[in-house]
Amino acid sequence: MKRYETIPLVVTLLLVAASCRKEETIVPSTPTHVADSTASGDIKGFFLLNEGNMGSNKATLDYFDYESKIYKKNIYAERNPYVVKELGDVGNDIGIYGSKLYAVINCSNFVEVMDAETAKHITQISIPNCRYITFHGDYAYVSSYAGPVLIDPNARLGYVAKIDTATMTVVDTCIVGYQPEEMAISEGKLYVANSGGYRVPDYDSTVSVISLNTFKVIKTIGVAINLHRMEVDGYGQIWVSSRGDYYDVPSKTCVIDSRTDEVTDRLDLPNSGMALCGDSLYVYGAEWNYGTKKNTISYAIVDVRSHKVLTDDFITDDTKSKIEIPYGIAVNPATREIFVTDARDYVTPGKLYCLNPDGTRKWSVTTGDIPAHIVFTTRKLN
Amino acid sequence: MKRSLSHTILFAAAAFALALQWIPVQAGEIRAAEDSGSFTSPQRIDSSVICASRLPDKIIPAQVLSGKQLQNLSVHSVADAIRYFSGVQIKDYGGIGGLKTVNVRSLGSEHVGVFYDGIQLGNAQNGQVDLGRFSLDNMSSVTLYNGQKSTGLQSAKDYASASSFYMQTRIPDFADGKKYNVKITMKGGSFDMANPSLLYEQKVNDKISNSFNAEYLYTSGKYKFSYTKADGYDTTAVRQNGDVKALRVEEGLFGTLKNANWKAKAYFYDSERGYPGAFVREEPGKFKHEDRQWDRNIFLQGSITDNVSKRYRTSAKIKLSYDYLHYISDPRLDVTTMYVDNTYRQKEAYLSTAHEINLFKWWDVNVAADVRYNALDADLVNFVEPSRFTGLAALASSFRFGKFRFQGSVLYTFVNDTAEKEGAAAGKKSEFTPTLVFSYAPFGDKGFSFRSFYKRIFRMPTLNDLYYTFIGNKYLNPEYTTQYDLGFTYSKGYGGDIFKHLDVAVDGYFNKVKDKIIAMPASNQFQWTMVNLGYVEIRGTDVAASCRLQFGGLGATLHLNYTFQKAQDFTDKSSSYYGGQIPYVPWDSGSAVLSAEYGYWSLNYSFIYTGERYDSSANIPENYELPWYTNDISVSRTVNIGRSELYATLEVNNLLDQQYEVVQCYPMPGRNFKFILSLQF
Repeated sequence: MKRYETIPLVVTLLLVAASCRKEETIVPSTPTHVADSTASGDIKGFFLLNEGNMGSNKATLDYFDYESKIYKKNIYAERNPYVVKELGDVGNDIGIYGSKLYAVINCSNFVEVMDAETAKHITQISIPNCRYITFHGDYAYVSSYAGPVLIDPNARLGYVAKIDTATMTVVDTCIVGYQPEEMAISEGKLYVANSGGYRVPDYDSTVSVISLNTFKVIKTIGVAINLHRMEVDGYGQIWVSSRGDYYDVPSKTCVIDSRTDEVTDRLDLPNSGMALCGDSLYVYGAEWNYGTKKNTISYAIVDVRSHKVLTDDFITDDTKSKIEIPYGIAVNPATREIFVTDARDYVTPGKLYCLNPDGTRKWSVTTGDIPAHIVFTTRKLN
Repeated sequence: MKRSLSHTILFAAAAFALALQWIPVQAGEIRAAEDSGSFTSPQRIDSSVICASRLPDKIIPAQVLSGKQLQNLSVHSVADAIRYFSGVQIKDYGGIGGLKTVNVRSLGSEHVGVFYDGIQLGNAQNGQVDLGRFSLDNMSSVTLYNGQKSTGLQSAKDYASASSFYMQTRIPDFADGKKYNVKITMKGGSFDMANPSLLYEQKVNDKISNSFNAEYLYTSGKYKFSYTKADGYDTTAVRQNGDVKALRVEEGLFGTLKNANWKAKAYFYDSERGYPGAFVREEPGKFKHEDRQWDRNIFLQGSITDNVSKRYRTSAKIKLSYDYLHYISDPRLDVTTMYVDNTYRQKEAYLSTAHEINLFKWWDVNVAADVRYNALDADLVNFVEPSRFTGLAALASSFRFGKFRFQGSVLYTFVNDTAEKEGAAAGKKSEFTPTLVFSYAPFGDKGFSFRSFYKRIFRMPTLNDLYYTFIGNKYLNPEYTTQYDLGFTYSKGYGGDIFKHLDVAVDGYFNKVKDKIIAMPASNQFQWTMVNLGYVEIRGTDVAASCRLQFGGLGATLHLNYTFQKAQDFTDKSSSYYGGQIPYVPWDSGSAVLSAEYGYWSLNYSFIYTGERYDSSANIPENYELPWYTNDISVSRTVNIGRSELYATLEVNNLLDQQYEVVQCYPMPGRNFKFILSLQF
């Protein structure tokens, strides 16, 4: 009989084992020393926003410091341990304006406002399905898919929210086209690229032009289907990317003259993202085709004055073969270093490649999941 | 890869200590070897093989939960019950309404064939069956086979999955002189759950009986959960929009002919549920998530088994089914969402014939052929409306030479896809796949035997994988799995006063998944496609032990399960995470169930442990998931009132109110309660 008396003991042991579960911890940042990078000019470093896969709450923030040459992965959580559920779900855009760092967290439905010198949470501005951010004067402008729903819920226009950067509140909204994406400001006007990505096959093909004075749409310019990115150059030209339809209509790069608000050019240059540095527009294309089930990848530099493609291969070494899916681009205006991110398989950490101006690799580092958006900072992060 | 092993070691040690201290001390009666898994009690796996005792025992690893054992577990659905099997992970999105799928030995849930009363439940659309929708109300047993069932007379479909899960519903059984059985049950408790059901069984005549079963389920799906970080945030919220309303009605006819028995069933399931979605950072309470889904599943199925002669048996099966799914995401209710309003309709027809011939005393042959037709219709843009014809033929042969048993089978699969849109279909594919099963009982009938199997099988890409607008890829190849298993079982009954029976099963295995079909990003978050890219290797051990004790009037049964799995992703050599443990597969997991009964009382205690794991094959701190363990306890009492029997149960689940997730961002319920009252006459 005695040997069976161990049963309650074992059961108790199991219960005890069950009750002393470890606590969940805040994941600390991971520093990586980058061998070779020199500081230059006012730029002290940059922030990189990792999108994180949708529904996984894995948007993370990384920071690179030129002086110490340390790349710190995942800095938000440890600096803001009391913010519930960290940075949020899908980090879609990042910007610095004044002393503040703004991150647009798409599927968390807000813009996170942080101190640019500490990356500490200041406030959040609720905007449903927010996408991109840009700044002018006393205001930040955020595009959103979530316009009013009229009779046909399928035909839901997007809007741009105008945020007073002193009070951090939405002071006005302006209805634009379907599923608006990036924006650009020139000649006192806000240009909004409308995609219509949720209306397949009836993509939007317009750019909405909003007067910054009245905050009303003053013109709608027909450009090309499924518009996405926007850059404004030093000559008042707005460069807009069209993603095509992934079947027969290819991706393009289009140009709008902001003085006339006319389309002046449509280049057969696949464009998934771009960065401007001086008169050079760096454009990468990862053009997916559902017919062939393949991505066509290109890295081009365009002269914004002549609209000539100077090269369609700005990466000159084996870095090109290491990048699985280019997902973000930035060029340091002082050093002309080119930064290209690689999202890889989207569910494991990505990579950031730093290239010399001649297109050879300077260094690379592991980032968060889906590294995508980079902003340079002139204030050192403490 | 730091792993805290303390709990696991404690758990495993306890399991082994328990198993070892009951190694036989005296010889006793010899019990017929049954399914060699952990849960062994006399039961029928498939009613159509009641008279099949002359057939070789199942020599493939199998685990069974049946009868009282099954009913006594504090579980809501079939999915909750399978958690007590070894080698199994349930992917659970939380709550009564959350999707629950089973993954056996890390091969992936699409590789598990799910059978309802002997006929496969198809989901040609996405290959997954939500086991959370199957109630235990009318379930008599659930059985899991690694590899395949090897009972002799079986249809070609029974050979066609890497593992097979069988749900067997109750078959009418009448006490002497009784013409009918009635059972009225009411369940209720946490999550505002109300779950009434009715079972009516009628003996029409000596040859035919009828069974009617209806069940309704309502739950608001609301439960509190919290997220707490050491030196950080601590938040509590209530799960919203997880409500379910479901009605299930089944009507079955069961009959016998001269040497044959037959059954026919009509099944109807209708439900509406909310989708609570991932719990991510948001302004608390700012936006309401209101996604909804409606399902309707209807099928008619029938089977007949005829023991034509001592040497020849045959069976035939037929099934017709219709599945309807409607999903709405409406920005008028939830401002953050984009409008989605999609309807999917699936139709299936299935026909099977199987024959078993006993050539010699030591040699049986099983020949089977199945045909299946699936069609999928959806109101998606550019949807090609695919349909699929599947033909299966199986030839299996079993030999018995003294202490050795051997079964070999080969399955031929032919698949032809067609589509409304020209050139859109994947076309034809055909393939032969083998299985070898072997067992050796070195001491004859002493209850100890070695067993081993090898199986190579594939799953076809699902219709979603191939044709889903934008995501689908018609150039996909099938996904192959190869399994090697080696193990032993020990099963022995004892004549002692206290110690009655012991079962132990230990298996080691090595599995490979080749050409794994995974979703890959095309060029941005909205553009995904399916590719044959993954390669996974799984090395594992399943240990199961159970014993039966009797202390005078107190009877007790103890079951222990432990699983170790190393399931590595070897897809991309250039990745820093090459060889990482695949998402959501813990290295260690296990369970313990203790049930005791004394007179009219019974007590059930169960414990489930899932060790640490990662939610991505990048095994880094950002993706780390803490181990979780739950303790469930229930007490039942039976009361006889005249000729009726009243049965009452009170359950407390997750007794210690542990806050955990099975799937990242999908919190699970904490402590919850349930009562069951049922009246039988």
